[in-house]
Amino acid sequence: MSTIWRFSRFVTASVRTVLRGNPAYWAWLALLGVLIVSGALAYADQASTGLALTAMRDQVSWGFYIGNFTFLVGVAAAAVVLVIPAYIYDWKPIREIVIFGELLALSAIIMCLLFVLVDVGRPERLWHMMPPWGHINFPSSILAWDALVLNVYFLVNFVVVTHIIYRAFYGRPYAKRIVIPLVLASIPMAIGIHTVTAFLYNGMAARPYWNSSILAPQFLASAFSSGPAILLIVLQLLRRFTRFEIQDEAIWKIAELMAYAMFLNLFLHGVEAFKEYYSNTEHLLYTRYWFQGLGDHRTLVPFAWSAVALNLTAFLLFIMPAARQNPITLNIGCLATYAGCYIEKGMGLIIPGLTPDTLGEIYQYYPSMTELRVSAGVFALGFLAFTLMLKVAVAISLGELRGEPGMNAAWAQPQPIQPATARTSTS
Amino acid sequence: MAKNETQTSSVTRRQFASVAAAAAAGFLLTACGPRRLHEIPRDRLREAIKEWERDYSEKYGKAVTVSDAGPMPGVLFAMALDLSRCNGNRRCVEACVAENNQSREPEVQWIRVLSMDKDKGIDFSDADPYYEPAEVPEPGRFYVPTACQQCRNPPCTKVCPVGATWTEPDGIVVIDYDWCIGCRCCMAACPYGARHFNWGVPSIPPGELNSNIHYLGNRPRPKGVVEKCTFCIQRTRAGRYPACLEICPTGARKFGNMLDPESEIRYILENKRVVLLKQELNTMPKFFYFYGT
Repeated sequence: MSTIWRFSRFVTASVRTVLRGNPAYWAWLALLGVLIVSGALAYADQASTGLALTAMRDQVSWGFYIGNFTFLVGVAAAAVVLVIPAYIYDWKPIREIVIFGELLALSAIIMCLLFVLVDVGRPERLWHMMPPWGHINFPSSILAWDALVLNVYFLVNFVVVTHIIYRAFYGRPYAKRIVIPLVLASIPMAIGIHTVTAFLYNGMAARPYWNSSILAPQFLASAFSSGPAILLIVLQLLRRFTRFEIQDEAIWKIAELMAYAMFLNLFLHGVEAFKEYYSNTEHLLYTRYWFQGLGDHRTLVPFAWSAVALNLTAFLLFIMPAARQNPITLNIGCLATYAGCYIEKGMGLIIPGLTPDTLGEIYQYYPSMTELRVSAGVFALGFLAFTLMLKVAVAISLGELRGEPGMNAAWAQPQPIQPATARTSTS
Repeated sequence: MAKNETQTSSVTRRQFASVAAAAAAGFLLTACGPRRLHEIPRDRLREAIKEWERDYSEKYGKAVTVSDAGPMPGVLFAMALDLSRCNGNRRCVEACVAENNQSREPEVQWIRVLSMDKDKGIDFSDADPYYEPAEVPEPGRFYVPTACQQCRNPPCTKVCPVGATWTEPDGIVVIDYDWCIGCRCCMAACPYGARHFNWGVPSIPPGELNSNIHYLGNRPRPKGVVEKCTFCIQRTRAGRYPACLEICPTGARKFGNMLDPESEIRYILENKRVVLLKQELNTMPKFFYFYGT
C-alpha cells in the first residue's frame, strides 16, 4: 500500500471523525462559527475602509491585535513546559499529554499569524517578505526574525504531531529518530520564539517602557504561567467527556510548575516597578499611566490592578499543595492565571508602551468594536482548529479510530477501547 | 534492468522539466513582478514613471511630472531651525501638506509644532500640539516644530521587515509606498513621532494636487502605508529650498549641504549653540535646533 494512499485514508478518517459528534460538540462548533462569521464581516469592513475602523491612530499605532499576538506567542511557547519533563526527565504521566500541548501550540501560532495578518495595512503584500520574489530585511529587522522562527516552530510541531498521530492511526509506534531530535529542537525554539517576540519591542529605544532588558525573561515567565493554564482546563474537559485517562499527578505537577513561573513573573514585574518608581525619571510616565493613570487619563488603571490581583491569586492557589489539588481552587487558579496574563500582555504591554507617545501626547486607546469582533473571530478560528485536531488526536489515542492495513473502512467499525498507554505499542 | 533504467531516465526528464519550468516561472516573477524602488533597474524605473504620470494625470485631471532625480555627489542635506525665531504660526504645516500631497481627509500632517512652557524648556511630557490661541506667540510659550529628523543612525529603517524604507546617499530617509506592508514597526521605533500611517483612504481634491512629484517623495499614497517628511526631495534635488522653509514668515528654518564648508548650515553648526532632540538615543539627527539670538 503506497504511503500516499495510506495518508489519504488517514485524512479521510480524520475528516469523518470531526464530522461526527454529540449535540454539545455541534453547539460548540456553531458558537465558534457565529464568532468567525462576525469576525469575517468586521474584517471585510476593515479591509475596505482601512484600519481607521480600529481605535489605533498615529499616537498609539499598535493595539489590541498586536497585544493578542504577543500573548499567543507565549501560549505557543508554553508547550515546552510539558515537553521538558516528558522527554528530558522521562516523566511518564506528562508524556501522554504532550501531544495536546503541541496541538495547542499549533493553534496558537495559527492565531498569531492571523493577528499579524489583520493588523497590517497591506495584507496582500505580505509576500514582499518572502524571497526570492520579496525581500526580507534579515538579520536587521526583528519582525523578519519573528516571522521566520514562528513559521519554523509551526512546521516542527506540525511534523511531530502529524507523525505521531498518523503512526498511531496504523497502530505503529512513532519513529524515535524523527520525533526525539525534533522535540529536543523545539525546546530551545519555543524559548526562542518568545524571546524574539520580546526583542521586537525591547529593541526600540524610542519606547522606554519596552526598552528594559527584563522584558524577555518576563515574557517567558508569564507565558509559562498562561499557556499551561489553558491546557489544564482542556485536559480536565477531556478527562470528563472522553474516556481519556489523565492522572491527577500530571495535572498537579503542571500546576506546581505554573506556581514557580507565576512567582518569577510577579517578581520580575516587582523588580521593574521598583526600578521605575525609585529612580523616578521621566521614563516613569508609562508605568504610571498603567498603574495610576496620568491626570484624567485613567482608562487602563482598572485593568492594571485586576491583572495584579488575578496573578497574585493564582500564585497563592498554586503554591499551596492542598489548593492546587482541589478541583475547584485549581480551576479558579487557572482562570485567574489566564485572565491575569492576558490583561497584562493584551492591554498592559502594548498600550502603556505607546502612551504617552514619543512627543508626549496622551491618546486614550481602547479597542473599537471592529477590533473586538475581528479578534473574537481569530480566537474562534484558533479554537476551531484546536477542537478539530483534538478530536482526531483523542479518537486515535483511545483506539476509537484505527486504520488497519488491508481492512477497508476499519475506522467505521467500533474498536475495543485501549488504554492510552497502548498508543505507542505495535498492534 | 533496462526497463528500470528507461523509467528512471524518463522520471528524471520529467523532474528536470518541472524544475526548469518552476525556475523559469520564478525568474519571470522576480524579473518582471513588482520591485522595490531601492533596487529597481533604471529602465524599469522609467517605465514605472511613465505609468505613474499617466495614472496621476488621469486621476487628478492635470499634467503631472514624476522626477527620478538622483542624489548629487558630495551632498548631505541638513536642516536647522532657530527656536528664538519660530513663533508657532504653523504656516509650515499648511505649506507642507499642499506641497507633499498629504491627505486632507483623513488629515495627515508631517510637521507637528509643539507649544512648550518657557519655564520648563524642551519637555515633551508638557508639550501641547493642539494650541489654538487668538494670536501667536503666546506669552510664556515657545514653539518646537518637529518632523522627520533624517537621522544618520535611523531606528526606523533597521526594523522594517521588507526593506521598504532606507537612507538615500544624500541623507534623505525615504519610503517605497508600493512595497510597504503597513506593519508599523517603523512608527513604534521612531523617537520623534515623524512617521504617519494612512488609517483610511487618503484624499486630495483633484485641483489641489501638487503636480511636481518625485518618485521617492510626494506621490499620492494608497491607504495602509506609512509616510513621512523627505526634506521635499522633489524640490531639494532640483536645487530648491523645502516648502516649509520658503513659507516661514520668521525665517526660522535654514537648509543646505552639510558637506559644503561655505554653506549656511555649516556656519550655524560651527557658530551657534545647537540642540538635538533626544540626543541620548544616538539617532544622530540631521535636523538641528539652535538659538539664533
